[in-house]
Parts: sequence; structure tokens; C-alpha cells
Amino acid sequence: MAKTLFEKVWDAHTVRTLANGQTQLLVGTHLIHEVTSPQAFGMMRDLGLRVAMAHRTFATVDHIVPTDQVSEPYADPLADAMIKELRRSCAEFGITFFDRSTGKQGIVHIVGPEQGITQPGTTIACGDSHTSTHGAFGAIAFGIGTTQIRDVLATQTLALGKLRVRRIEVNGRLRPGVYAKDVILHIIFTLGVNGGTGYAYEYAGEVFDRFSMEERMTVCNMSIEGGARAGYVNPDETTFAYLKGRPYSPKGAAWDGAVAQWRAVASDPGCSYDDVVRIDAADIAPTVTWGINPGQGIPITASIPDPAKAKGDEKASIEEALAYMKLTPGAPIKGTKIDVAFLGSCTNGRLSDFQEVARFLKGRRVAPGVKAIAVPGSQGVGLLCAELGIDQVFRDAGFEWRNAGCSMCLAMNPDKLVGDQLCASSSNRNFKGRQGSPTGRTILMSPVMVAAAAVTGSVADARDVFGVSSN
Amino acid sequence: MALEKITCVSGRAVHVPGNDIDTDRIIPARFMKCVTFDGLGEYLFYDVRRNADGSDKAHPLNEARFKGASILLSGVNFGCGSSREHAPQALQKFGIRAVIAEGFAEIFYGNCVTLGMPCVAASRGDIAAIAAAVDADPATVVSIDVANQRVSFAGRVAAVSVRESARDALINGRWDPIGELVDGAADAATVASGLRYMLA
Repeated sequence: MAKTLFEKVWDAHTVRTLANGQTQLLVGTHLIHEVTSPQAFGMMRDLGLRVAMAHRTFATVDHIVPTDQVSEPYADPLADAMIKELRRSCAEFGITFFDRSTGKQGIVHIVGPEQGITQPGTTIACGDSHTSTHGAFGAIAFGIGTTQIRDVLATQTLALGKLRVRRIEVNGRLRPGVYAKDVILHIIFTLGVNGGTGYAYEYAGEVFDRFSMEERMTVCNMSIEGGARAGYVNPDETTFAYLKGRPYSPKGAAWDGAVAQWRAVASDPGCSYDDVVRIDAADIAPTVTWGINPGQGIPITASIPDPAKAKGDEKASIEEALAYMKLTPGAPIKGTKIDVAFLGSCTNGRLSDFQEVARFLKGRRVAPGVKAIAVPGSQGVGLLCAELGIDQVFRDAGFEWRNAGCSMCLAMNPDKLVGDQLCASSSNRNFKGRQGSPTGRTILMSPVMVAAAAVTGSVADARDVFGVSSN
Repeated sequence: MALEKITCVSGRAVHVPGNDIDTDRIIPARFMKCVTFDGLGEYLFYDVRRNADGSDKAHPLNEARFKGASILLSGVNFGCGSSREHAPQALQKFGIRAVIAEGFAEIFYGNCVTLGMPCVAASRGDIAAIAAAVDADPATVVSIDVANQRVSFAGRVAAVSVRESARDALINGRWDPIGELVDGAADAATVASGLRYMLA
């Protein structure tokens, strides 16, 4: 019978059915970071448990690391304690740790693919909701809680209920100036922030066929913002080309065998889905958020919603969002003054993000009064940018060029908004207080749109600012 | 490891209205700089409950009449966003034993079950009715019958729904799966040995 990739991977990793009907699912690859794992190691010690398959867990440090300080101890004693705790736990339990001294440190969802650890047909879990990123490779990857991290450490398995699969096809061609970030923001506002609850999203269609791995990662990354715990793209030649030669990729004869297996794991023609959604690429515009969840988005050319024209729940949620965002109902979103521009995160902190922005940023300056920071997603990305002179383009333009980490996406390190500053951000969440100030405001957008906002000092249509034809 | 069989949760309730209440709001990220979950209850909903100087804002959880409430009522898609278990941990440490909402985000839901904290879905109308009863008399006892999927309050009964796997795990005292997962270790090793990428 024809099967989806999801079903094939699920079946291949099923250990048994548990008493409550859930599946005991084998976790092929476990990724950990410093924020959600310490309590799990504490539970392991309390229960006297050993790590079942230490070679299948990989650690790095990303959430709390300062991006403007490399030497320890860090200025923040709590952050310093957390990195030392992870180092200690990894040493104690025999886990590979991509520490800052290795040159391989970075945001966990950037490091996995970069090292070739993320592979098609595998199951991946991490105590972070953006683990869905790894689905770009045709892996089933999902975020878990800390008690579940304990479960994976102790048994390399999880108790999970099977997800349904919704195929989301985006066909046709994206218009110039429209990026992967716009595709996922468009999908989220079309299907809703909880539209994906209970589903894994299979992204497909001509747009995804043409997308690079980094573009696929941007889309899969934000699956959770649409309520879907996992999102994936079927592996193809683009996937294999990306993986070839990476440190953890299969080598020699094993490579050919792996590619054959990876090819076979893709969804079969004629398989059935629980739901299918089709989107025309031409309908997608450069998209920005105006509210306090990632589903509150509009095309850059549109106006901020007016609660007077909405009813019930929608009216209440628009009112709440606009009160927090201090935006005017019915006004164009274009022209909204910004204070900060943030370029980075597991959504848009990869080489191609900085490369694309650098193309437009050359010879321009960040607007006076705007604080602009660029944070490569990993030490590897930082190094590649340096080799290509991209970091210098950013510095020349007036961006602060930082070291790798999550930084101002969730502001657990010193990179925070102050007061009600408004940030044009390439990250994934615009929740109240997300960027470190309880009254801070976030507008999500693509990296090139962040650059356009940075140089003009306000939310802008990058196609106008950088002279990209919109036809 | 014998776990409590959670068949029923009874107590006073508090309504935190709103849809899409995310886990950043439940526990802001800066309070996750910790290596244990102890003390997180203090920071529950911190930024919507406290001003910058630490003084109280108007919020249901700050009202004296709802002090000691152990059941939280809310709207659609409760617990969306980050996978941080710090959110259910903060709720539990604060004294919340169960959540009644119109719907829940996936990861949050699973994290709650693993802590033995039932999340039950109810209709908007029924949640409004419970909230009204609690508002009229905060001493109203709300009883969630997990086994039979209903909630009783102020002499009324309404239907709630609990996912079957969660209902089974809660009422049979197997909501923390670690024992069962450890029991399956040999089977897990067998499955792993058939997957080339998992070989050491």
C-alpha cells in the first residue's frame, strides 16, 4: 500500500504499543541544549538512570550564550552556571558536546543539519519546539518537554500518539522579493495558529521542489507556529547534495546505500493524506506581522486590521494585539517606525539569509537611531560569512556583527529589547514580551525585509527600497 | 513506580480569559535561567501579573478571592508556542492541578499529562458558565471527572473531553511513562539495530 513518508518513518521506529494506546517510538537522534536539559539530567541522577544510547545524543549551547562575549565566566552568573552544568552533564554521561571551543557551536537546529547529523528517514527529538526545522530533510522531528528529554536519555524512546498528515502544496512561482519566510507566514495566517494541531505538515509542490535546503528549513522551522508539531519535505537530489561530505554524513560505499534508502522513504505516489491544501505561489506577498502571534500577518502593502470591521473573537484578539503593539487600526503597516532590527535565529540565521541580505545592503547604511544586530546561527555560518566578506558588508552598513546563538529571538542572553521598542525581526515569534522586554514589540518578516526596515528606519517594502521589480 | 490514579480533580477555579495564550506568557524566558524547576510558581504569568517595579497589575491570579484556586479556565489553543515544560511546571508549582480550556497546543498538552495534570477541553459556553459561577461565588467547587469526561459545578454538569491516551494514563496511574519505556528497552535496542544510522 502506498504510504506517506511520515507513516514509513513512524513504522520503522515503532518499538511497541503502550498500555494507553500510544506508541513507544524510537528516537534516532536526540539534540539537547542548555536550557531545557539540566532538569532532565537531574531526574536521571535522582532515579539512578544511565543514558541508553549516548552516541545518539548531541549537545550544544545556544539559548543563553552572550553573542558579544566569548570568554568565561559570562557576565550573567545564571547563564554561566547553565553552560557549566551542560558541560558537566555531557562529560558525566558521555555525550558529544559542540561547545564553543569546538568551532561547531550554534543554534541546535542549525548545527544538526550543518554537521550532517540530520538525515532523511530518521526521527529527531529535542527539547525545543523549533525542532520541526529538521523535517526539511525528510526526518520526523518534533519538540519535547524536559521530562521527555529524560525519557529519551534513559531509553532513546518516547511515548507518543500518531499524528495525521496534511499535505500543503505550493505551486507556481514566487514573485520577486518573496521568500521562504513569506511562504510560511502566509501558510500560518491561511490555516491559523492552531490549524495544525494533531497534524504533521508535508510541504510539497513546485516551490518546495525548487527551494534550497536552507529555504526548506525556514518553512519547516515555523510549522509549530501553525500548531503542527512536525513538518517535512520529501528528500530529493537537493537534500542529498546538501548532505554529501558533511562530517556525520555516510561516507564511501555507505553513501550510495544511504541515498537509496533516503530515496525510498519519500511519500509514495498515490498515498493518501488526511488533508490536502493547495496554495498558489503568486498569491504570496512579502508578509509582515502586526499582532502578537505569528498568524496575525498581512502583505506589506496592506493596512493594519480594524477591529471595528471584525466580530466576536476576532475583534477581541485584534483589539488586544493592537493595544499591545500600539499600532493604529486601518493605517498602512508600511512606514511603522522601528527601533531595532534583528537578523538571525533558527528560522533565518543561515548563510543564504546573510548572503541574500548582503547583496542589497552593500553601500547602504542603517538609519540613524536604529540598533541593528546580525547574529549568525552557528560558528560555521559565521566563518563562512567571514570567508565571503559578508560580515564586513554588515559592519560597513552599521550592523553589529555578533557571535553565534539564539540571541534576541527569545532574549535569554543580554540581547534584549528595552521598554516598548519595536523590532523588525527575522525570528519566529512575536508573542508579548518575547524579545526580552515585557512591553517590547516584534514584527516578523524575511531577512531582506529586516534589512529594508533597518536602512529606512521603518517597516518598508523591500522591493521598493532595493529596486526589485514586483512583477 | 506506583503513581496516583487521577480520576477526579476538584477545587476552586480561576478564569484567565483569552485565546492563544502562549508559554512565553505563562512563564517568560528569562525565568528559565535555572537548573531546577523549584520556585517557578512565583513567576507564573509574571509579565501580565506584575509591573516593572514588581507591584501587582490587575489579573485574576492576583485577586484575593481566587487565591488557592487549583483549576484554571481559559480559551482556544492554550499553551501554544515554546515546548518549555517550565510552563506546566510553573502552573503546577503555583497550585494548579488541572486546566479546562477550549483547546490546547500539542506539546503543552503532552507535558501536562506527563506531570499528571489533566487538560480537558470544554465548549466555550460551558467554560463561560463555569467562569460565571466562579465569579459569582469564588468558593464554588468545580469537579472534573476525568474518567467519565464531565465537569460539575454549582449543581450543573457539562461534558468535557480528554484524549483517550491521556484519559487512560491518568486514571490508571501511568501518566509518567518512564517505567513502561524502560521495560521496552530490549525491544528498542532491537529496532535500533536494524537502523543503519543508529549504529555506534
